[in-house]
Amino acid sequence: MSLLELDDLSVTYRIASGEVPAVRGVSLSLEAGEALGVVGESGSGKSTLAMALLRLLPKDARTSGRIMLGGEDILQMKWGRLRAVRWAEASIVFQGAQHGLNPVQRIGDQVAEPLLVHKIATPEKARSRVASLLAQVGLPAWRARSYPHELSGGQRQRVMIAMALACEPQLIIADEPTTALDLMVQAQVLTLIKELIASHGISLLMISHDLSVLADTCDRLAVMYAGRVVETGPAGGSFQHPYSQALAAAFPTVGDPASRLAPRGLGGDPPDPQRLPSGCVFHPRCPVALDTCSTVDVELRPAGDRRTAACVLVLEESC
Amino acid sequence: MLTATDLAVEFASRGRRARAVDGVNLSVGAGEIVALVGESGCGKTTLARTLLGLERPTSGTVSYDGSPLSYRGKALQAYRRQVQLVLQDPMGSLNPRQTVYEAVAEGPRIHGLPDEEKVVAEALSRAGLRPPERFFLRYPHELSGGQRQRVVIAGALALDPKVLIADEPVASLDASVRGEILALLLRLRDDLGLSALVVTHDLGLAWNIADRVAVMYLGRIVESGPTEEILKNPQHPYTQALLSVLPESEERIVLTGEPPDPTRIPTGCRFHPRCQIVAAGNPIADKCRTDLLPVLPTTEGSQAACHLVTQRQTR
Repeated sequence: MSLLELDDLSVTYRIASGEVPAVRGVSLSLEAGEALGVVGESGSGKSTLAMALLRLLPKDARTSGRIMLGGEDILQMKWGRLRAVRWAEASIVFQGAQHGLNPVQRIGDQVAEPLLVHKIATPEKARSRVASLLAQVGLPAWRARSYPHELSGGQRQRVMIAMALACEPQLIIADEPTTALDLMVQAQVLTLIKELIASHGISLLMISHDLSVLADTCDRLAVMYAGRVVETGPAGGSFQHPYSQALAAAFPTVGDPASRLAPRGLGGDPPDPQRLPSGCVFHPRCPVALDTCSTVDVELRPAGDRRTAACVLVLEESC
Repeated sequence: MLTATDLAVEFASRGRRARAVDGVNLSVGAGEIVALVGESGCGKTTLARTLLGLERPTSGTVSYDGSPLSYRGKALQAYRRQVQLVLQDPMGSLNPRQTVYEAVAEGPRIHGLPDEEKVVAEALSRAGLRPPERFFLRYPHELSGGQRQRVVIAGALALDPKVLIADEPVASLDASVRGEILALLLRLRDDLGLSALVVTHDLGLAWNIADRVAVMYLGRIVESGPTEEILKNPQHPYTQALLSVLPESEERIVLTGEPPDPTRIPTGCRFHPRCQIVAAGNPIADKCRTDLLPVLPTTEGSQAACHLVTQRQTR
């Protein structure tokens, strides 16, 4: 059994002008100890997906489908059970460590909070646990007495990771954990995340707009476009869906003559979720669209080595 | 065309002097795209602002077309028509209550250009917003991120400048849109002969569009030269480390620590406390700790400010 299994998960926001489908029927699974990366651009529904996993969405969001964590459906849980699961079984590292920490509370108290709330440790034990957590993320113990503003961006992100580890969860959900960090600091944080999930045997669901960050950290990737997963596959392989291919081409490889003085992108803009195109939602921007793409929508299909893709062209090749 | 000579910019910071730019020689030739690469806090934005005349250098000069920049009102205004700034984050740099037309027309009005509507329409269509009339009355919130960045670029183009200074022009854009904006910068260079200084932390961007690269660390350029040479065969340990953390590289050198504070620039080579070669116990490491390095001159070829590189060359 997978640790986490999403089955036909949909999230719709209700706003004044109608309904906005942000996530539309996503099915994904994550094995114990595996690292899955979800990549997508702004508005693809990737952050909504992350928040939906622990029911952190605002009231105007309606969620349907199933989110099975260790055999229990998170969407059916009672409030008390959900509170027990949050942090203790699955925790979140939020993007933007600037705002994720309380500016008027010391670092040590913030890291200790989940331990005390979940009654995992007494206040005295919590203090030594905080010191060991800080050591694990590469911060000296005296940092527990610092306030967030005394830390650099990279150090704050390390504190967020220490908090996520505090209750020894099986699953960590990381939403853009390195966005807004410098290249070198980003590399430090990613190396830390990789080491920690490997040494603790934690599963990781990492969400980012940056394909290069995910390709480096994750075993498997899922590409989202307009609320749907359009491709899944091993991180090392080559993409089959034209959107994934365009996204990969947008991150140039330094030293590759093909991308020298030839930046590549995709024409057009992501669709408005309230006015999604007919057929395959990607067809208006697709460089290889067929006539039928404007009417026919395709589900995820097998597309080679442990790979699935939702594209009519992939379907034809595999037949 | 645009040249900085021995440029230094200092700020007072809690009673100490922060040397944000600490001796920089840099030039951008006609029709050339130069990428200024570095981490946050290395002084790259301060350098860009000084080149625009927004900041006065503590010492050294900025010169344009061979003559030093004057900080008198009229002359500075004329200079700013030639050298235009493109900011990152178009949501922050556009006034949300101004239409696209008003935003682009602001520059031409200040400079009293005739045929305002024609100028605006031409700038918008050059920036890839066609037909321009369709965008005149739109507000920033009605546009996508890529379109907003095109409006910011159109605002700069409206004055028919010779040089664009773009500070992280695509950092806030989605990957698929990023390529289109970079292609636009290349097209503007090809069609209008525009020069550009692109300030960025993104080496992929430099590989995509730049003719030359200058790598900045703690207020100084530590390595510069033609893009292909610098990015394929970096000499300075800092550049090597930056390139090694890209996903395509095989062996990564993750530097410890964070860029130090410009109020406390280390002695000797300013990079030595984080240098992986010094840390590995190189025999000339003592020299790196004590001996100052000369400021790199302005040249076309590749060069690096590093004792190890100097030693390798003289041997």
